[in-house]
Amino acid sequence: MRLSTTVNGEPVIREIEPRTLLVHFLRDDLGLTGTHWGCDTSNCGTCVVWLDGEPVKSCTVLAAMTGGHEVRTVESLEKDGVLDPVQQGFMECHGLQCGFCTPGMLMTARALLDRDPDPSEATIREAISGQICRCTGYTSIVHSVQWAADHPAGAPGDTVAAEDAAADEPAPQPVGGAS
Amino acid sequence: MTIAPEAPHATHRRREFTDNDGHPVGYGRMLRKEDPRFVRGQGKYVDDVVLPGMLHLAILRSPVAHARILSIDTSAAEAHPKVKAVVTGADLAKQGLAWMPTLSNDVQAVLVTDKVRFQGQEVAFVVAEDRYSARDALELIDVEYDVLPAVADVRNALAPDAPVIRDDLDGKKDNHCFDWETGDEAATAKVFDEAQVKVTQDMVYPRVHPAPMETCGCVADFERVAGKLTLWCTSQAPHAHRTLYALVAGIPEHKIRVISPDIGGGFGNKVPIYPGYVCSVVASIVTGKPVKWMEDRAENLISTGFARDYVMRGEIAATKDGRIQAIRTNVLADHGAFNGTAAPVKYPAGFFGVFTGSYDLDAAYCKMTAVYTNKAPGGVAYACSFRITEAVYLVERLVDCLAYELKMDPAELRRKNFIRPEQFPYTTQTGWVYDSGEYERTLDKAMELADYAGLRREQAQRREHGELMGIGMSFFTEAVGAGPRKDMDILGLGMADGCELRVHPTGKAVVRLSVQSQGQGHETTFAQIVAEELGIPPEDIDVVHGDTDNTPFGLGTYGSRSTPVSGAAAALVARKVRDKARIIASGMLECSIADLEWEKGSFHVTGDPTQSVTIQDIAMRAHGAGDLPEGLEAQICYNPENLTYPFGCYICVVDVDPGTAVVKVRKFVAVDDCGTQINPMIIEGQVQGGCAEGVGMALMQMIAFDEDGNCLSASFMDYLIPTALEVPHWINGSTVTPSPHHPIGAKGVGESATVGSPPAVVNAVIDALAPFGIRHADMPLTPSRVWDAMQGHPTPSF
Repeated sequence: MRLSTTVNGEPVIREIEPRTLLVHFLRDDLGLTGTHWGCDTSNCGTCVVWLDGEPVKSCTVLAAMTGGHEVRTVESLEKDGVLDPVQQGFMECHGLQCGFCTPGMLMTARALLDRDPDPSEATIREAISGQICRCTGYTSIVHSVQWAADHPAGAPGDTVAAEDAAADEPAPQPVGGAS
Repeated sequence: MTIAPEAPHATHRRREFTDNDGHPVGYGRMLRKEDPRFVRGQGKYVDDVVLPGMLHLAILRSPVAHARILSIDTSAAEAHPKVKAVVTGADLAKQGLAWMPTLSNDVQAVLVTDKVRFQGQEVAFVVAEDRYSARDALELIDVEYDVLPAVADVRNALAPDAPVIRDDLDGKKDNHCFDWETGDEAATAKVFDEAQVKVTQDMVYPRVHPAPMETCGCVADFERVAGKLTLWCTSQAPHAHRTLYALVAGIPEHKIRVISPDIGGGFGNKVPIYPGYVCSVVASIVTGKPVKWMEDRAENLISTGFARDYVMRGEIAATKDGRIQAIRTNVLADHGAFNGTAAPVKYPAGFFGVFTGSYDLDAAYCKMTAVYTNKAPGGVAYACSFRITEAVYLVERLVDCLAYELKMDPAELRRKNFIRPEQFPYTTQTGWVYDSGEYERTLDKAMELADYAGLRREQAQRREHGELMGIGMSFFTEAVGAGPRKDMDILGLGMADGCELRVHPTGKAVVRLSVQSQGQGHETTFAQIVAEELGIPPEDIDVVHGDTDNTPFGLGTYGSRSTPVSGAAAALVARKVRDKARIIASGMLECSIADLEWEKGSFHVTGDPTQSVTIQDIAMRAHGAGDLPEGLEAQICYNPENLTYPFGCYICVVDVDPGTAVVKVRKFVAVDDCGTQINPMIIEGQVQGGCAEGVGMALMQMIAFDEDGNCLSASFMDYLIPTALEVPHWINGSTVTPSPHHPIGAKGVGESATVGSPPAVVNAVIDALAPFGIRHADMPLTPSRVWDAMQGHPTPSF
């Protein structure tokens, strides 16, 4: 079938099998490999993208369902060479380790902040509760989203000074233990 | 540049530098170098590899756990227009590839030839033009199974009438896998005979699965003309894999290149060689095309390396006033259908021998029997430091059981029995030489951070109102950083790691590692190690890993061995480069080598700091004209003289809902001592992640089977993993007791939390249930199990 959709603001027309999952369409047909696949059951959330501005799990959306709609992926977060504050926040607060769940987490975080610019910790945890991270234990992801909420304009470049990052963390632990 | 005050834990003279961007030049909290690509979705994982003409492989798996294969009809699959090849065990057998060695010197079927031995076992594979067609064609393969009774419960495996699973082994008449013992049986029996207090507790550490977010997979590309195989693979140990492919597939080792690109979490799951990898290599050879195989989540959960599955009887002997004298244990170990344990050859039970914990005992003994069952092979995976998870769970539950019997505070019972600082290096009753420790300091810090006394007061008040609040503690000692080579090898490959360092003419550098990150942040940490030694900013140091053509040989990343082994190699190779730089500096400054002093990043003439050259000046000179020694590079292989023994104290606070038996982890304090810290941010991150995994194991995660061997936990709907709602806001702390034998005093930390946190959580739940008179209940402490325990049935049947 012929699919006509919009991905990251660009019109896309492709011949696809009707059964093609959105995650496979994005990855295999469009080469947008930032969106990952982690389960078959909508449990892990590593495949989260936006469909008309709402986070969806692209492993359980048919590509055909996006016809006439708008899809956004992690590749669209950086604009004109400037990272989205959520991207910066994840770097500043060590909100990722292996990086596999990160694109989905970023898309959910951005969607959350767009409708609630100052979410509580409980709200952030609820928002990402459909997604699994095996590396971080989530606290640093919560911090990352809070950082983005506290820095709506982001920070220049990829990083800010490490001292700022340390100062932003709620309870930085001393390096040494003798003191 | 700014100069920070001397770090309190510094063990040798050094200064903390930061460069103009605030990055530490050396150790310290530095943002990760790998993150800019990950937050842009530009990580490069195996499934992101696409090659021209690439085909896709899918594996047909057995729906039953134990069955003879009567026939396989592949004709319909072969007729599928997009299918390029269909291969069965019989086809592989003709090439001598139907079986492969496991990491424990057993054999495992690549594809079934005789009979299926676990549900999900590989029966055949299809290669097709795209991933959907490959899956479609699996449906067209017709397999006739003669189903046999299965052994699903390890406790039935040695019954006289149990079906024999491994009839492929000559003369095998039962399901016995191996026996193993450690410690002194007679001396331990004597202590128990005379002990004032003895406590026996049966406990099960159930089968769990690491379930990294990225499943296992590979892209195999065999170039026929060159005879060269390139394998992009989800491997934590690319060099060891390459050697094993050379031995198994008969491809010369120099014609194999294994590339582990970005890995989406490993936790031990990506140590073994799986049949899917071998099938992909075969498929590429057969078709002459690159072949991709990515397993799905169900395949990952039912067929790849599981963990734990120990049924343990623990006994602890003590005096009435709480001096622990001996620990004895009898273990029944479920190794699945093939013994695929990844552990050093001389250690079939991994490092379970450290079950004596952090305590100064008079005697200890362990007797273990391992058996085959109709379950997936594996046995060591999931951030366990080679079975130390099981050992620490055993001892930390036993200590709490003893505290329960003695009516002593568990923290004080631990304190009373700690190995004391002056006893290090300390040889345990099972022969392990702990390198360093100051346990009481770490205990005190954890109790202070948690406000232990305040928690106990709060608990007393809540109990008066019928609330079930529990406080649990664990104090663990780990053993990480395998080898030394003389004691430790995997299939004959000694456990050591190489490192190569080159400083370019302009003073930038590249360091090449044999270990492989699965999220641990090696590109940052190892740059910091070299930066600390050479004074080159870490952002000027490129870290290359995960590519056998471009890195020195070594055994890879598992068992928390990267920093203890490869980290040592990185420090020592940098010192070797520094030694050479000193020679060049003496020529540049026209003084003798003995008159040069090193200050991070430069040499100066003793007594005259104005006469100095930077490492960057030296690098340029080393590549310039003249007669000074050429180049600035070195390579070494580090063979550790001992393991390192990180330790920590974890305190967990839970609330159990008396009406629903739901456990809520309210607070969790983790104080870790991993020796010298390279990047505290990364250490805390690893600890927090491990604590979440530990909460999962304690409360949610279990790979369960029915009596026919059907896996009941084959998806994330059935195998429950903690989300952000099930875990608390972690509180971290640290103490620093450097390892005396490690070049920079560092110990491993990657698995400390998965080792230390499950007993803390379980101890907390049991403590909460004290009003019900319960001393133990088995993991996972799901609401139904906790409810059963509250009704007086604390030990579920499996």
